Amino acid sequence: MRKYNYSLIAGLIITAFMLAVTITAHFWTPYSVTAMSSMSKNLPPSAAHLMGTDNFGRDVLSRVMSGCGTTFFIGMCTVVIGAVFGTIVGAVTGYFGGILDAVIMRINDVLLSFPSVLLALIFISFLGTGKYKIIIALGVMFIPSFARIVRSEVIRIKSQDYVKSARVMGAGSLRIIFVHIIPNIRVSMLTAAAVGFNNAVLAEASMSYLGLGVVPPEPSLGLMLSEAQQYIFVAPWYALFPGIVIALIILGFGLISEGLRGLAQK
Amino acid sequence: MKRKPYKRISLGVMILTLAAVLCGCGGGAGSSTVDTSSKETAEPAASASADHEFTFGLDSAIASVDPHVDTDAATRSVLFNVFEGLVKVTPEGDVAPAVAQDYKMSDDAKTYTFTLRDGITFQDGKAVKASDVKYSLERSAKINGDSSALSVISDISCPDDKTVVITLKSADSEFIYNLTTEILEEANDKDQGSKPIGTGPFKVAEYKEGEYIDFERYEGYWNKDLDCIDKAQIKFYDKADTAFTELKAGSIDAMWQMTPDQVKSLGDGYNVVESTMKLVQGLFINNTYEPFKKVQVRQALNYAIDRDAVDKLLLGGGSKKINTYGYPSVPEWYNADTEGTYKYDVDKAKQLLADGGYPDGFDLEITVPNNYNLHVQAAEIMKEELAQIGVKVTINPVDWSTWLSDVYQGRKFQATVIGFDFTSLAPSTWYVHYQSKSDNNMVNFSDADYDKTYDEAKTETDKDKKKELYNKCQQILTDQAASVFIEDPVNYIVLRKGYTGFASYPIYVIDLSSIKAE
Amino acid sequence: MKYLIKKFIALIITLLVISMLTFIAFSLIPGDAVLSRLGINATPEAIANMRAQMGLDDPVIIRYFRWLAGALHGDFGQSMRYSTMTVSQLISSRLPVTIIMAVMSLIIIALISLPLGMLSARVSGKWLDGLISQVTQVIMSIPSFFLGILLTVVFGLIFKVFDVGGYVSPDKDFWGCVHFLILPATAVALPRIAMVVKYLRNSVVTEMKKDYVRTAVSKGAGKRWVLYRHVLRNALIPVITFVAMVVAEILAGSLVIEQVFNIPGMGRLLVSSISTRDYPVVQAAVLYITAIVVIINFIVDALYQVADPRIRNA
Repeated sequence: MRKYNYSLIAGLIITAFMLAVTITAHFWTPYSVTAMSSMSKNLPPSAAHLMGTDNFGRDVLSRVMSGCGTTFFIGMCTVVIGAVFGTIVGAVTGYFGGILDAVIMRINDVLLSFPSVLLALIFISFLGTGKYKIIIALGVMFIPSFARIVRSEVIRIKSQDYVKSARVMGAGSLRIIFVHIIPNIRVSMLTAAAVGFNNAVLAEASMSYLGLGVVPPEPSLGLMLSEAQQYIFVAPWYALFPGIVIALIILGFGLISEGLRGLAQK
Repeated sequence: MKRKPYKRISLGVMILTLAAVLCGCGGGAGSSTVDTSSKETAEPAASASADHEFTFGLDSAIASVDPHVDTDAATRSVLFNVFEGLVKVTPEGDVAPAVAQDYKMSDDAKTYTFTLRDGITFQDGKAVKASDVKYSLERSAKINGDSSALSVISDISCPDDKTVVITLKSADSEFIYNLTTEILEEANDKDQGSKPIGTGPFKVAEYKEGEYIDFERYEGYWNKDLDCIDKAQIKFYDKADTAFTELKAGSIDAMWQMTPDQVKSLGDGYNVVESTMKLVQGLFINNTYEPFKKVQVRQALNYAIDRDAVDKLLLGGGSKKINTYGYPSVPEWYNADTEGTYKYDVDKAKQLLADGGYPDGFDLEITVPNNYNLHVQAAEIMKEELAQIGVKVTINPVDWSTWLSDVYQGRKFQATVIGFDFTSLAPSTWYVHYQSKSDNNMVNFSDADYDKTYDEAKTETDKDKKKELYNKCQQILTDQAASVFIEDPVNYIVLRKGYTGFASYPIYVIDLSSIKAE
Repeated sequence: MKYLIKKFIALIITLLVISMLTFIAFSLIPGDAVLSRLGINATPEAIANMRAQMGLDDPVIIRYFRWLAGALHGDFGQSMRYSTMTVSQLISSRLPVTIIMAVMSLIIIALISLPLGMLSARVSGKWLDGLISQVTQVIMSIPSFFLGILLTVVFGLIFKVFDVGGYVSPDKDFWGCVHFLILPATAVALPRIAMVVKYLRNSVVTEMKKDYVRTAVSKGAGKRWVLYRHVLRNALIPVITFVAMVVAEILAGSLVIEQVFNIPGMGRLLVSSISTRDYPVVQAAVLYITAIVVIINFIVDALYQVADPRIRNA
């Protein structure tokens, strides 16, 4: 009897769908993403505009489709930065230990316990706003959590027999870390990546709310949601649809991470 | 096999919850428009009951209660209720005697003699003396230095307790407008920052930094005919959206600068006053940025931006469109002939751009302060419009402090969207902004003819001639397309039913003494 | 005792490093407190006067040490934006609200997530477990500011059970303040509830598989009795460590939620002080937040050792 991993499957389906939307938006959207029209301000959803229009008369569906791309891009890049540097830091400190480990992990703990939005706020005040700057700010902030996970996994695995035997056989430290250890912790890293992605999407939304997010008129789901606050009584659909889509994206990744955890436990 | 159906059910349930949570809430938001508006009509009577204090929501906080030190728009608009000058700005756009009963200007416009109002007192009950006036003017002049409008004073003398004679270094027929400078009590010198004592209709009952300021009527106010609310609060918000939600929920009674859509969504439990924001909003361009050195390019931008479309998209179309740096709300010093100079014309704009040497357009960075939604949104609209003539705009939102230091002071920018308000009714204090050597000449405009005309206008004592010269100044700004002047944005002020009034002034103020409870 | 001293020194070093970093960052950002306060109508002389008065003309390094010298004596200086207030006055008027809200959020989290997590663990693998995990997953996916807005609209404007904008300061009416903070605290708590539930559930499930539980059950002890008597205690240990992270998250969450509900707490003070370049306030606020987080981390560490003797001995 085969037991299906429903979380993973549902997560993959949702995420694949959102990715398909994103890719489609790259080539085609029902209307222009930026063209404005004072004639069609704040129209409710209809056959012509499935998700209605916003305060500038732009089609919300088109903007949501295109906004998915921005949101995915920010989430992905943030996770990649966090994962790559976090893995390096975590693997090195975990493997070698000693003073370096103690010092870096102290810094890590402080960063980890420091409110992340606050850090981002300081970062952005310093770097300025914009898509790439947000990615850098969030990416840097995500390094500690990855480092911590990787480090504890590395410590767990490095005392296992196969790693010991590899060392006895004369494998270099780097080789052991990257060939023997990292591949074995890929599931926890994937889980961490999925969680990190979600946090990045949520953080981007909060940053937009504080006016530090993506630069308008480029659509991002977080920015749309925060812009929509002004029109929540006038055009509730403007808040509703980006909200649903953010929830879907996060739900997709959340389910994937849960499914992966299920896989790991087997 | 046993577990499978459960799993399937729970997946279904999950999708349903997602839908329910979001639709439920969103749907709720939609239906609330109907819901609350019908309830609100019943409520206002209760809200305006005697013990309820009138609360006005302001989307920024004041900096202090010292009017001489803090001269930013928000602080001025609020402290207007507490302090008065020898004269006071009127809703009609002129100045009327306040602390002074009347005044005389000498024929050479160099000596101003004031007689203080009989029985006028400070809010602590002490009589206002001529020495308090002297103290106040000197204090403000000292804090604001040589560039302040008061620096033209050479001497202030007080022949008796009721008379103040101000002598100027040079003739200045506009000087009276600068005597709105607040009169403070000399005996309170050490505590002006913490214990505000003015002569205005309201005194400060409590001030919580960054939260609110409470006012109550000053019983000894000189104008006994004043009929208005007794208590009021001005509450500060970081975001106008939050204030709007509270207005809708009924915890505050009034707000300004609302969009027509917002006004509509409030339903009919409110009185709406239409005014303008008393700003010159525009795309201000750095005249030393390479493409903008050519007048044709500046004019091209003026033709390419459709002021009507900007206004309709931003504020529904009720704003006063302008083509020069001037305040239509003060018709006396505004050149209305400049209106309509630049009619939206993309072809003409392209032609001018080509004449100026940029047939394919150029890149333009518009820096906007991110705390002003109005300006950020305007920049978004302009980006779309400028794309039509090949000007590729990138928007650079910065925070207010960065904007002040980099754009306004440092002049390190290509273009920016902002609105200028004015502190004084003296036209020289506005038009100096385009004088080539002025500290306030943010756009680096430089035109010898303008400088000459401005100097003549400022010193001219004949009012008609003066107006003609200032009109010429404005005409030069239009012809030279010093920037893209767009509009004085429409300002919808909303008061919960039960309150009426809210006088509209030519300057940016909240006059609580104009609000009455029904 | 030696352990305590060591921890205390680590705290001081952390605070020093953070104060230095904030100071440097602030000196690099464009704009200063005076410009942002006086705005565009100020004369150059007024700006220069105020700068001189506030000591902004001195080089960063001198300003830092002047600040440090004051801070060591417990004097954090004057606010630059609100110059009649000392930083300590400003913070002590703002800190209580945020702390009350944080404590309330923690209570809400505990009240909801403990039973829910235990329930979820008890029925692990069944449909109810799946339902709980997916509902919490959905709630977690709503950005906190939006959740705040939704709560305001639903409870404040439609059902009218929440007094929107009815904030009263705790020293005027403590229970009134608590009453007002229920909704904001819920908005801060909700997304974290999901995390705690998930964490607790997994921890309990892992614990349930351990031998001692099997032994107890096989000896005839009721499953529920074992669950509450033995398992919960052990399962809570990893959850406690998680609480420190939740506290940091609550403080960060309140940064946004305070804006949504217009609550004059530390979060709003911090955000507005950053944008007005009021660095003495930023400096002190950041230090307060860091200190709170570090101290809670320390308490959690201590609790952890009390709860799990193995660690104490190690």
